[in-house]
Amino acid sequence: MTPPMTSATPTFDQILEQAHSIGKNVLAVHAASVDRDARFPREAIEALREARLLSAYVPREIGGMGLSILQIAKICEVLGQYCGSSAMIYAMHKIQVACIVHHALVSPYFRNYLRELVDQQRLIASATTELGVGGDLRSSLCAVEIEGDAFRLTKKAPVISYGEAADDILVTCRTSPEALPSDQVQVLVRRGDYTADPLSGWDTMGFRGTCSSGFTLCATGSRDQILPTPFAEILAHTMHPVSHIVWCSLWSGIAISAVIQARAFVRMEARKTPGETPLSAIRLAEVDCVLQEMRHNVGSLTREYHQLLVDERPEAFSDFGFSIRTNNLKLSCSQVIVEIVGRALLIC
Amino acid sequence: MVCDMTAIREIVAQHGRLSADARTLEFGTNLYLAGLTSLATVGVMLALEDHFNVEFPRSMLSRKTFESMESIADALGELVG
Repeated sequence: MTPPMTSATPTFDQILEQAHSIGKNVLAVHAASVDRDARFPREAIEALREARLLSAYVPREIGGMGLSILQIAKICEVLGQYCGSSAMIYAMHKIQVACIVHHALVSPYFRNYLRELVDQQRLIASATTELGVGGDLRSSLCAVEIEGDAFRLTKKAPVISYGEAADDILVTCRTSPEALPSDQVQVLVRRGDYTADPLSGWDTMGFRGTCSSGFTLCATGSRDQILPTPFAEILAHTMHPVSHIVWCSLWSGIAISAVIQARAFVRMEARKTPGETPLSAIRLAEVDCVLQEMRHNVGSLTREYHQLLVDERPEAFSDFGFSIRTNNLKLSCSQVIVEIVGRALLIC
Repeated sequence: MVCDMTAIREIVAQHGRLSADARTLEFGTNLYLAGLTSLATVGVMLALEDHFNVEFPRSMLSRKTFESMESIADALGELVG
């Protein structure tokens, strides 16, 4: 399936071109049925696997593509233009990969795991929310219980996106049954080592294909599977900024696709009345402005985060200003995407 | 240390919404690991500003400043001068 490349390592332009081609030929083809049936977009994820895009953020020395966060954001934006659910799953997987890449490379277990992820293109899901704590990521009721070299863990998770299709799941929990609710770690639980009993279903208005049902997760494994960095740090350095950046990028993709459809409609109108500007053209110009602002906002925070990573300035993540800007981005993008799609609908 | 540690402890206990009792914590304990959220930090900051009659400048608004009762005392020390 992978198109022939001129050299062993494709350039980023070639990777983007391939993402567009997968988007057009696979994601877009199945987007309607994924949404209608609220089913996992297996064709899309399979195609991304074949293109080895599930390990795009894994460093080159471990066999991945070694792309930067700027490039990952761009891929999410491209995929968002073809199927929101598929792009969302890809983005969520990338958040988990980033947590491991940024915070667990010192661990031989996780270096080895990343090699497996590259070879087998494993898909990682996340179990952060928990029944009884609401949406507060920074508290857990469940705890990892360590006995010798082994651990045991049970979590009632009201939402695990693509939980059934995932190969592995990163689970937040307390460091021990005696620990405070905020004293948390992330544990990688592996398919075959856990059971997931359904708790609740997923029948929503949007992102229906993410299949974010609830499960009671019972897992065992080796204590090496606990990420070596406290979750508070992983959240501030990686999970919070990366999730907002990749989500907003794919939302931009959805908005771009709405504007592209509106543009096609305006052109059709304009062709009918040569020499006269159709009324809808003004609306198109207006919505294009809003889209540009949205993309600038996403790009600006992505560049800021990328620079912090390049400069290796972990102390910058303790600055409230950065985390407020990160929250602002998600808040404004989540509002403006509705506005853009609404304006595009008005045109069509 | 010029600061009134008892007052700082009381403010953290009242406004920090910690999962632990602030009265049992060491001055150096990491408050974020004890459950302090960024939202609760704002409450702590406002109460400190009110009590000590100071204003935290933008440059001090970071996790580092509010990481422990000790770091809060250091910051207040700088502000009170």
